[in-house]
Amino acid sequence: MSFSKKSKNRLPAVSTASLPDIVFMLLFFFMTVTTIKDHKLLVDNNLPAADQVKELAKKDRVIEIFVGKPSPELEKVLGAEPRIQLDDRLAAISEVGPYVLSKLSEKPDAIKNLVTVSLKVDKEVNVGIVADIKQELRELNLLKVNYTTFETNLE
Amino acid sequence: MARNNEIPEVNAGSMADIAFLLLIFFLVTTTIQTDVGIDRKLPPKDTTPPVQIPEKNIFRVSLNKNNELFVEDDLLPVEELRKVAIAFLDNGGAKQNDDGYCNYCKGERNSKSSDSPTDAIIAFNSDREASYGSYVEVQNELTAAYNALRNREAQRLFNKDFVDMEKNYYDAKTPIDVKQELKKQIKQIRDMYPMKLSEAQTTFNL
Repeated sequence: MSFSKKSKNRLPAVSTASLPDIVFMLLFFFMTVTTIKDHKLLVDNNLPAADQVKELAKKDRVIEIFVGKPSPELEKVLGAEPRIQLDDRLAAISEVGPYVLSKLSEKPDAIKNLVTVSLKVDKEVNVGIVADIKQELRELNLLKVNYTTFETNLE
Repeated sequence: MARNNEIPEVNAGSMADIAFLLLIFFLVTTTIQTDVGIDRKLPPKDTTPPVQIPEKNIFRVSLNKNNELFVEDDLLPVEELRKVAIAFLDNGGAKQNDDGYCNYCKGERNSKSSDSPTDAIIAFNSDREASYGSYVEVQNELTAAYNALRNREAQRLFNKDFVDMEKNYYDAKTPIDVKQELKKQIKQIRDMYPMKLSEAQTTFNL
């Protein structure tokens, strides 16, 4: 008896009519600030930080090369030595050249000489492997590289 | 009759569910854009035969396998690299009546350091075992040194920051006529402080 009496006095339900609007707003925010991830990372990729950075060119003008030590679940099989990841596979240094050329041939002629190679290298990796990749790129006359980093304010 | 003509209200109760579903889909499939970095141009494969450069125009920076930074054979903390590099680039040691005299330099004009920013070369060598993190840190500091000097000159000549000028130039929204103007100005500044950063093996001539 006393229970039903109480329930008559309670506040009216909160209107949820504007909930879709709020959620849509969030949705559009995420849609605009994010880029779609194309491949699963097989290597650790903890990029170094820098503040004197430039924004990378449009995505279609970029060829990505990942370098890092294999991710924890692969480490048991592959060891902790840094590896190069091209698309979805791990590769040896000698495969970098053919891979980059095949990527380059997919690009339209108009932007072929604007292509930048983005080196996404883990900060723990030794410089040697990066130097080898740069040497491979020089052989192919692909001279625009970008050391991809996180942007931070170091000051 | 009139009651039948009324359009029934569409139930929007599930709208939130649909939007949430989309939101969660985007949350999982996307990463926040981290595509910024330091641009570099590699030297072409067929390098020109070795050229003799006076030692005073070369600023030697090297990183050893313990990630220690050496500048002209002295250990230096990374934080000070920017300052030292600026002092070297901006030195302008050439005499007033020489060809290479630099009239915009504000350095010490020490005759034992670089003649002018156009002659000054930074030679950066890194041990293969140095970590990439410290390598990028050094690259960042050297870029910062060039940017600081270029900003200073751009402020003096055009009242703008060089970095902002470049950003505007690469911005797709900038109108073409503005871009052409900017291109000229950027080139002028770049010619004043050309980035001559060599990672090649340089040998001492003693």
